[in-house]
Amino acid sequence: MDALMSGLLSNVDWSEIGLASWDTLIMVGMSLLFSVLIGLPIGVLLFLTGKRQLLEQPAAYAVLSFVVNVLRSVPFIILLIVMIPFTVMLIGTSLGVAGAIPPLVAGGAPFFARLVETSLREVDRGIIEATQAMGASVKQIVFGALLPEALPGIIAGITVTAITLVSYAAMSGVIGGGGLGDLAIRFGYQRFQTDVMVITVALLVIFVQVLQMLGDRLVLHFSRK
Amino acid sequence: MIVFDQVQKSYQVGGRAIPALHPTDMTIETGEVFGIVGHSGAGKSTLVRLINLLEPPSGGRILIDDENITDYSASELRAFRRKVGMIFQHFNLLSSKTVADNIAFPMKLAGIYSKAEIRDRVQELLARVSLSDHANKYPSQLSGGQKQRVGIARALACRPTILLCDEATSALDPQTTQSVLKLLADINRELGLTIVLITHEMDVVRRVCDRVAVMDAGRVVEMGPVSEVFLHPQHPTTRDFVFESESIDSEEMEEDLQKAKGRIMRLTFKGDATYKPLLGSVARESGVDFSILSGRIDHIKDTPYGQLTLSLVGGDLDVAMSALKAADVHVEVLR
Repeated sequence: MDALMSGLLSNVDWSEIGLASWDTLIMVGMSLLFSVLIGLPIGVLLFLTGKRQLLEQPAAYAVLSFVVNVLRSVPFIILLIVMIPFTVMLIGTSLGVAGAIPPLVAGGAPFFARLVETSLREVDRGIIEATQAMGASVKQIVFGALLPEALPGIIAGITVTAITLVSYAAMSGVIGGGGLGDLAIRFGYQRFQTDVMVITVALLVIFVQVLQMLGDRLVLHFSRK
Repeated sequence: MIVFDQVQKSYQVGGRAIPALHPTDMTIETGEVFGIVGHSGAGKSTLVRLINLLEPPSGGRILIDDENITDYSASELRAFRRKVGMIFQHFNLLSSKTVADNIAFPMKLAGIYSKAEIRDRVQELLARVSLSDHANKYPSQLSGGQKQRVGIARALACRPTILLCDEATSALDPQTTQSVLKLLADINRELGLTIVLITHEMDVVRRVCDRVAVMDAGRVVEMGPVSEVFLHPQHPTTRDFVFESESIDSEEMEEDLQKAKGRIMRLTFKGDATYKPLLGSVARESGVDFSILSGRIDHIKDTPYGQLTLSLVGGDLDVAMSALKAADVHVEVLR
């Protein structure tokens, strides 16, 4: 068995794989954190300034919506390259795990913002009206009613964003981003080590499955409908 | 007291102003249950939302206890809204909060109550609406009637002086409607708060309201004490509503009247007169023969009433008329 394994997976350096998995985890985790921190307020603003909403502001909505759409319409592989000078300015390097995080956030935050906007729109208008009738300020409506009511939808949005970031993070190997994607490109593709490719893909699949399961559990836990 | 002084509301649709409420004058007295009845789109939803300025008026003044609420600043308006409770057709409870947290919500928003005050008040209100056993459930685990009782408890949390009811019973079955209406009537009596209730069912008005306004196409077409409006409807819309609630088919009734002989009169009894054995003695005294074409006996809020349509033949009609009038019966000659 051992002989078979080492024969089949002769090129696989498990410590390298372990390190790459950890890098991917860090890249996804950090970029998810910043995507949520930046995307959530943008999503709330998109919702509030939208048509027939509490702070209806057609101009502000148009600008915000345009920026989000631009970032979302640029293919991530291009965004990675376009972001390089900005990343260098921001953290000193465009390489490695740290260098991959700014472009990941630039791709993840607007994506998540749209998901937040959509899940806030799902909240029954009657609930907003009832909260308004109680004498709530806009801030109280957002934190007291809108966000708690939209929580399951927002958690589902975080899950989808996390999974998108896993695939984005794998792509960042192209510009020397590190992680499993980097491994797959350097060994699996450039050195024709198919076994390394298979292992990295398998790990990515497992990673995505675990994220989806976790997200679904949380959504169920917070759903009261 | 709620006073509408030439209040109007219109919406801008594609650059055109669509009137939802034509200039309206109206006074709602403190402590009364005021009903607003109308078909959907008649403007009653708009009217009730003007009272807590969920809809700002396009013109006119709204005075509540002599204060012009349309002049309020944003923070004054928020403070004012705490004194106006509101319940809704679809309850609008927060699905993410328990029953107790839903009731506590307006008190927490107000930010002027201590934790202990909120806890005690929630317990008191849960007991008041008979939901003490359901404090930790979520709205999705309750029936429609229970949800509306949570809605009522929530609306009362900050001790309002006005309660607005937006089609509060329209999503409930008849039995649950009955119990919710009884709860509203009890609250009105015990707490003395003013209730403004909009509905498309005349029956709801008949059971709990003191006065009623009938709306049609953005105008109040008839307004007065419920007994007056209900027993002697003037406007065609009002008549439709009354007939509908009594399941009277107006065409069939016309046909019946065509076939009847002699004088046709409608007698309306109210209060104690309802129970007096009157018709027999009147017939004996005046020698008039009568047959009953239609009749109903019921209650308007707490007052019993009866209304009979009779055809009278022979005898002395004038004697019969004066005997009936002497007994406090309202007589209308239909033919």
